[in-house]
Parts: sequence; structure tokens; C-alpha cells
Amino acid sequence: MKVTKQDIKHIAELSRLYISDEEADKLCMEDIIAFADKLKELDTSDINPTNHVLNVSNVLRDDIVKESTDRDVLLSNAPQKARGCFAVPKVVE
Amino acid sequence: MNLYELTAHELSDMLKDKKISSVELCESVLDRIENTEDKIGGYVTVTKDEAIESAKEADKKIAEGKCGYLTGIPVAVKDNICTKDILTTCSSKMLYNFKPPYDATVVKKLKADGAVMVGKANMDEFAMGSSCETSYFKKTHNPYDLDKVPGGSSGGSAAVVAANEAICSLGSDTGGSIRQPASYCSLVGLKPTYGTVSRFGLIAFASSLDQIGPLTKDVTDCALMMNVITGRDSMDSTSLDIEYPDYTKALKCDVKGMKIGMPKQYLGEGISDDVKQSVLAAAKTFESLGATIEEFDMPYTDYALAAYYIISSAEASSNLARYDGVKYGYRAEEFSDLTDMYLKTRSEGFGSEVKRRIMLGTYVLSSGYYDAYYKKAQKTRTLIRNAFSDAFKKYDLILSPATTSTAFKIGEKISDPLQMYLGDICTVSVNIAGLPAMVVPCGFDKDGMPIGMQLIGKAFSEPQLIQAAYTFEQNTGFNKIKPCI
Repeated sequence: MKVTKQDIKHIAELSRLYISDEEADKLCMEDIIAFADKLKELDTSDINPTNHVLNVSNVLRDDIVKESTDRDVLLSNAPQKARGCFAVPKVVE
Repeated sequence: MNLYELTAHELSDMLKDKKISSVELCESVLDRIENTEDKIGGYVTVTKDEAIESAKEADKKIAEGKCGYLTGIPVAVKDNICTKDILTTCSSKMLYNFKPPYDATVVKKLKADGAVMVGKANMDEFAMGSSCETSYFKKTHNPYDLDKVPGGSSGGSAAVVAANEAICSLGSDTGGSIRQPASYCSLVGLKPTYGTVSRFGLIAFASSLDQIGPLTKDVTDCALMMNVITGRDSMDSTSLDIEYPDYTKALKCDVKGMKIGMPKQYLGEGISDDVKQSVLAAAKTFESLGATIEEFDMPYTDYALAAYYIISSAEASSNLARYDGVKYGYRAEEFSDLTDMYLKTRSEGFGSEVKRRIMLGTYVLSSGYYDAYYKKAQKTRTLIRNAFSDAFKKYDLILSPATTSTAFKIGEKISDPLQMYLGDICTVSVNIAGLPAMVVPCGFDKDGMPIGMQLIGKAFSEPQLIQAAYTFEQNTGFNKIKPCI
């Protein structure tokens, strides 16, 4: 499967990454996708996908209020904070 | 003999018998770190003061007769495992200043047992790599040959134990990241059955594949660590609610009647002669001890690697979407708006291997490619699980090499990602199937570089793995050949 410059631009945008032309070459994406294409040799028409190795489902807990973490502790790693919130550039115009 | 050269179980006996104190032992290891770290580079952070404090607490515990499995034992923890108020970086610029506000469950368990954490071990960035070369901070060196890699991504965890800069350590394994470094550094490494060790506090790479596990100097120490770290955890919804055994009860010398299968596909071209010879010799040793060995055809081994890189990259692209410079970690200094902040933060904060995997993952999940790649890989996953299931109808355990070669030179493979990935063929299928697998030293190549063999078992068969590995170890002694450092 050919991976074009346009593909890389599109994927980079989806990934919120800036990939320069030089970086794009070094990515070797086409080689790796070509390697992944090997799976086309397999007939999996009657096979269900494995989403989970375990037979666990619907792991829930009782709806009881438990201890929460202190807000200041949660803000301690913030690159920028203001008035008890994480500060970010304007989101809505 | 220096204290730092001994195993956890030997030291535990000495501590219980009051022959030494935890503080003495801790100081022995910390001194060793000071004298050796400049050559090995295995730690991102050495927690000297905290370690001495923990050692004092451990001494109190021992004096009260409350000795656990690892009380007073100096342990290293891979830097993708959250340690409260202590730098946890995943060896990435993205988390260069991150101090978690909580301990991972495995860390809580180590603390409750009285283990003494001496530092956070270096790794490949976000656990993506097989050589410890993608770390943002430093490259770690193999104690058996400082020009060679210790393996990855738990390269630091392996190197520090092999160099006696820790008595034992915790690593994490998504596609071989405990087992390959264990093989390269002559250690025992175990990837437990998926779900038996809590992932709460393990910074996620590929959530359906990741497992935390021990890297130790011998099988007994591995069993001790397993007793501490396994168990149901309500904070991890993939954690299993089962009966967890006392793994030390499996430390018996007996493989009589054990049926061991060797997949032909893991003994073909692509595996170096030295590795093949050592593993075949190990098979003969098992035979002489009463096990039966049989080579067999294991289907789909060729496809496991492709399936692994599709699934793990896809899950990684999703897990790493959280790194946006908003709540923690690196934030770019200059940006025009929110989207630009995300773009610059992520582009500046992530290294090239991480970006590669995010791009791959996004590609295989994107509209138009999802069915051909991700869904196809999930179906291949079923085929691989079934192949193992079929194999375990005939055999108790599967024996294979852990790696395709011994440790390579630093810089040799880093510019060829596909070459790097191809080294993982023996290990990835185990994570895909969620099975347990253990690596045990079984020889050395002509340059004195370690070789490990891999034993794979059914889900929850860690006791059988431990028993087989222990029997082999007690009858050979490869793990006793230490590096000259």
C-alpha cells in the first residue's frame, strides 16, 4: 500500500503532530505498512476479532461516593493554572 | 562477597537472622550505584534519601518480626510506573517534570511489603523500543559489554540488576520488553498472565498487551516478587478476580513427565547459530532431567509480528492522545492558539520513535483503513490465540529462544526501524495471546554475551513455568556468571 505525502499530512493532522518533509522520509511508514500488508494472506472470513483476551465484561462497582483527590494536588503538575483551573489558550471565539 | 552481589532471598535470610540491617544493605547498593552509574546509565532518578528512610522503616518491621517477601530489599522500578511525588518520566521530554500524585498499585504493594525503592530505571521512551536508545535522557549500557545495548524497553531495569545496582527490579512488557532485556543481560524475566498484575499507575502504551513483571537474578527471587505484585485490584478493570497462589511453593526440582514443545518456526533462519545452539542444548538438559521434548509446527508465527505492530501502534495512538500540554508535563513555549499548542507540544515533546508509532496507529485506525488493518489484526489475534490453545492440548509448556540474537551494538539498528522490529518475533505472540512467559539464562555466545531461553505456558501456569525454570537453573547455573564490572 503506497503511503503518499498527502496521506502523511492527513494522518499527522489527525494525530496533532507536525511532521516535516525530512521527518516524513525517516518515518519509513510505507515499509512498515508494506510489512503489515502480510496479513492480507490470511483468510479470516469466519473469524471473530479478539477485542479482549480475558472473559471479563461489565466490571462495575457500587455507586458509593469514595474519597476524591485534593484539587491542589491535581493542579500541582499543571503547566499553567488560574483560579483553581487549568489555564489554556482561548477555546471558543 | 559484597552485599549488593547477593540475591533477594539470600539477603532476606540474612536480614531475618539479624546478620545485616536494611540500612547497611541499602547503603551497599547506593554506594554501588555511585561507583557504577557513570558506566551503565541505568537510572533516570536515584532516590537516595527516600531509600534510606524506607530502609529504616524496614529495619523496624523486621525487629517486630513482621518480615514480608521483600522487606528491606533494594528494588528499582521502571520509570513508566507512577511513584508518588517522585519523578516519573517514561524517559520522555513530554513527562520530564511529572511527579505523580499517587502510587501505582504495584508500588503500593512493594511499600506495604517493606521493599526499599532505590531509583527509577531508564527505558525506551514510552516503552517503545527494544534497545533503551529512544530514551530522551540517556542510553543505558549492557553490563556484559558497555558498547552494547541492554535491550528494551525495560533496559534500565535489566542493566541495574545485572550490574548489582539493585537487587531486583520491576519492568513492563508489551511485546517482549521484560523478556528481551532479561535475555540480553542474563537475568530471569517474567511476563505474567494478562490481568494478574494491576496496571493501575502503569503509564499505558498498549492497554490490551501491557503487563508489569519482575527482572531478577534467579528464579526464587522472581517467585518472591510475584507474591508481592500479583492480585485483584479494583482500580484496574482488567485485573482478574481469581485465586492467586503462593508462587514460592513452585520452587521444586522436578520436570519428570513434563511435555515441552518447541515450535520449528522459532528455530529457523532469522535466529543466530549461537542462540539456536544454546536453546537446543537447554532442551537436551530438560530431556536429561525427565521431560519430553518435541519439535512441532506452530501456525501463524509469521503473522504475529505484523498483527502486534498494528494493534500496539493503534492502542498507543489512542493512549498517547492525552499528552496535550494541558494538565501535566511539557507544554510548548510558543503557540498561536489551542490547536497550535497541541501540535507544538506533541511535536516537541515526543521523540521520533513515538511519533512513528502514533502515526502508524492513527493510519491503521483511520477511516478507509480500519477494516484492512486494525480489524484484520484483531482477527489474526484470534488465530494466534487458537494456535496456542491447540499447542497446549499436546504440551505443558512451549520452549523457544527469547531473542533472534545476542545484544547488538549501540547505534547498530536505531536508523532501521523495521530491522529493530524484526528482533521481536519470539516474544510478541505471547502478549497477543495474553499468556505468561518466562526467560531464563541458558548460555553465552562466543563473545561472552548472554543468551536466554523462553518458556511459555497456558494462562495462570506461572507455577509450572517457575518449577521448570527452577529445575533448569538448579541443574545448570548460567545465572551465576556475572559481568566483570
